[in-house]
This record gives sequence, C-alpha cells and structure tokens, in this order.
Amino acid sequence: MSRIFITEERIEGGDEGPLAGETVAVKDNISTEGVRTTCGSEMLAEYVPPYDATVVERLKEAGATIVGKTNMDEFGMGSTTETSAFGPAPNPAAEGRVPGGSSGGSAAAVAAGDADLALGTDTGGSVRNPAAFCGVVGIKPTYGLVSRYGLVAYANSLEQIGPLAPTVEGAARLLDVIAGPDERDATTREAPRASERRTGDAREAREEGADSDYASAADGDVEGLSIGIPTELVEGADEGVRETFWDAIADLESEGASYHEVSLPSIEHAVAAYYVIAMSEASSNLARFDGVRYGPATEREGDWNEVFAEVRERGFGEEVKRRVLLGTYALSAGYHEKYYKKAQDARAWVERDFEGAFSEADVLASPTMPVPPFEVGESLEDPLQMYLSDANTVPVNLANLPAISVPAGETDGLPVGVQLIGPAFGERRIIRAGSALE
Amino acid sequence: MSDQSVDAEEVRHVAALARVDLDEAEVEAFSEQFGEILDAFETLDEVPEIEREDDLENVMRVDEVRESLGQEEALRNAPETEDGYFKGPSVS
Repeated sequence: MSRIFITEERIEGGDEGPLAGETVAVKDNISTEGVRTTCGSEMLAEYVPPYDATVVERLKEAGATIVGKTNMDEFGMGSTTETSAFGPAPNPAAEGRVPGGSSGGSAAAVAAGDADLALGTDTGGSVRNPAAFCGVVGIKPTYGLVSRYGLVAYANSLEQIGPLAPTVEGAARLLDVIAGPDERDATTREAPRASERRTGDAREAREEGADSDYASAADGDVEGLSIGIPTELVEGADEGVRETFWDAIADLESEGASYHEVSLPSIEHAVAAYYVIAMSEASSNLARFDGVRYGPATEREGDWNEVFAEVRERGFGEEVKRRVLLGTYALSAGYHEKYYKKAQDARAWVERDFEGAFSEADVLASPTMPVPPFEVGESLEDPLQMYLSDANTVPVNLANLPAISVPAGETDGLPVGVQLIGPAFGERRIIRAGSALE
Repeated sequence: MSDQSVDAEEVRHVAALARVDLDEAEVEAFSEQFGEILDAFETLDEVPEIEREDDLENVMRVDEVRESLGQEEALRNAPETEDGYFKGPSVS
C-alpha cells in the first residue's frame, strides 16, 4: 500500500504570522517534538524526538499548521521513495509512477493538495527530483542558508532542508520563514551583502543584500537575464525531456532573456564523487544507530559488537546497508586515497567549473531529471542505474549552490521539470527566473 | 563488465567493519553489485589533483552551560534503562 504520510498528526498553528492559516507537511527526517520521526526506517519506527528542529520552530513561530510527517526513502537514500520501510509513496501527478525521492512524500502531499506547502531535504537532488516528477516547485538552498539542527543527518556536507510548493512564490515564502543563521548550527551563515560579491548586476546589488525577502523576487522579470546551458546536462536526457526543456528556454527568450551553451568538463565525474562522499559520510553518521539510546530492542545475548550488528541488520533496509558498506569500504585502509580523496578533488573541480560558468551567466539551466518519472519498481533492481539518474542534480550539492526545479510541461503526459542554478546565495535570481516559467 | 570483482569474503569483512550482520542472500547480491558500482567510481582516477582555495575558518563559541534535555527526556526512547542510565550489552 502506498502512502504520502508516515504519521498524520496535526499541530495547530497560531492566528498570526506569515504562514497563519496555511498547512505544511514535514519530511520525516526533520525532528518534531512529541511527534514520531522515523526517517522511513524500522530503526526509528518508535522514535519520538524530545525537541524541535530549528526549521520546525520557525514554522510554528510563523503560524503554520503542521499536518504530518511525510514518507521518504529510508534515511534519504533513494531516488524514488520506494526504499521506505513503510511502503512507497504514490505520484498524484502520474499514476503508476514513482514520485521521485527522497522527499517523495513531501512532493506528493503538495501535488495531491494534502498540504499547502512542504519541507523536504536535498542531499543530491532529493527536493528537486520529486518536485520535477510530481509537477511542483522545489528549492535546494545555498549550503549554510538553512539550519540543519534537528535534521537526522545522512551526509552533512551536502544536505540542506528546502521548500516544496505548487508555485515559485509559495516555495519562496516558505524559504523566507526557514532561512537565516542559527547558533545551534555552526555551518549556517548570513547571506553576504551583494557589494561583497563578485558577480551580479546593479539590480541584484540592491536585492541580494536585502536578505530573506525571497517571495518578492517571484515577479517574472527576466529582461536582460543571461542563461548558461551546460551541454553535458542536456545531451544525455530523453528526447521528450529535451524538447520540453528547449520549449521552456524559448519561453524565457521571448520574455527578454538570452542563452548560450557552456561546458563543465568536471560534471562527468560528479555522480561518482557525490556517491563516494555521501556514502562515506553516511557510514559515519549512521554509526550512531546502535540500538542503545533508541532503536528496536533485541533478544540476543552477546557482546556489544554482536548485538550492535544484529540490531543494524534488523533495523536497516537494503539500500541503507548498501551505502553504509560502500562508504565503509571507500574509507577503509588502502582505499581512502583511491576513492575519498579523489572524490574531494572532483568536488573542488566541480566548484571551480561552476565559478567559471557564472562569470559569464546569471543562472544556469538544465532539465532537472534526464528522464520522466520511473514506473513503480523499475529502478529497484539496478542500484547503479538509479544512482546515475541524479546526474543533473548532484553537481549543485557538491558546489554548495542554490537551485530551483520548476514544472516545464509534460512529455507523453508525464511531468518534466526545469532546473535553474544560481551562484551561492543567489536565491532571488533563480526564484525570479523560475517564476517567469509559470 | 566488471573489472573489479568483489568476493563474498570481502563483503563479509566490510560488513563486520561496519557492524552490520548480513544474511546469505544479501552477501550474494552485494558481491554482484559492488563490483559494478566500484567500477563506476573508478572514473575518479581521471580527476586531476585540484588545489583548493577554501578560506576555511574555525567557528567557535564560548563554552558555557546551556539548557539541555533532562535525564528523563534523554532516556525516553531507549529500549532498556536502569537507574537513570542507558543499558547496553556487555562490552566483552
């Protein structure tokens, strides 16, 4: 049985605040005080956090009503929301297809109208991918813009909490509520004022300094906008996806934007680098699940290591075990130089490539996913193929950049998303460009 | 095809390092998949060494006592506790 929510429990919002009267669904890896938070895992099936994540505190302060905790790939590991221990999530926009992952429940909640807005998390595309598959808007913020305090970590150096909504303006309004420094997360920081930035025209100099008013940027004005299109992220896409993408670019052109093609040679190594880094961080982060402070009870007699290994056998699903083991392998003696260190080099190369591209373009554009939504069950048999489907989204996480996925139309009746990537803290720019596609 | 095969013994060794028991079906499936996935990671060999220009700085705060979870709340999710402590298996 497929399900959008793992836990449906209502936390009524206040009468005042920017989100008063609106409902928000929260991905189930974001801690909610007193409400079960499972991460889509047997390991945390009964876990009830004793505190709120910072983003949840901010939702409450903004008057939002939280309607439940959404289904997700276990610990965020998957691209289809089929690895959840609580069954898959449906795709309200394409029956019989997956909603994308790992924030598939959050995207589905918005697409189905079960919530006005939703929070997801994006480690390698997990907000943008399900947004594209479900025909809604999703934003992956610049690394450090949104606090990760209270987010159950999968890969710290890559993941950000991000908003999902039916419209660009809606997603931007939710971002306004959750963005900003948090003393409990030392990786958060103020968006630098535009005068300190190397890129940006006079309009942005006025606007990117006016921090955290993202919603007002959704004005559809792309006059003079320069769009770079990384050929590597378009060539490999399905024909129908490519056609829809180029139609969207033509729309932006007719509204006053211009485009040119750019090449990012590092991109072909991004997927491998992403998975080595994410799996390595996962192997370390998930070491905390030892069944002592939380987790299923065990009957087994034995020493610490034996009981620890047994709890993890029972508590973790196949994809989680696969990533924890591969991460352990990549960090183990003899392989660290070969995999982990090389992945860090690739990450630095990707960052540098993007920097070069942004010296000649305001935003970069590509299809969000190179393919339309998979059929249910299609990708589970071949993990490598599933990993490769994230090719267009993972480079953004490696370079700590912001990106938005906006619905661009359909191919054979299936949703296609366009991704717009900005320079660090260039959220207003991608929100403005994205709103021109609506 | 896979140049780099990973045999069942290696999978069991890594699983032991990661403290995850596997059943035989998992060991077999992972032995087949890991070679293919690690082959895909081999493309990293072509990545040049990149000089990083990160301007990293430590982020510090004053080490002061703050409000924190009470003992009862901290223990609330534990499968087993005793006298206000977590109870785990014996270490050896």
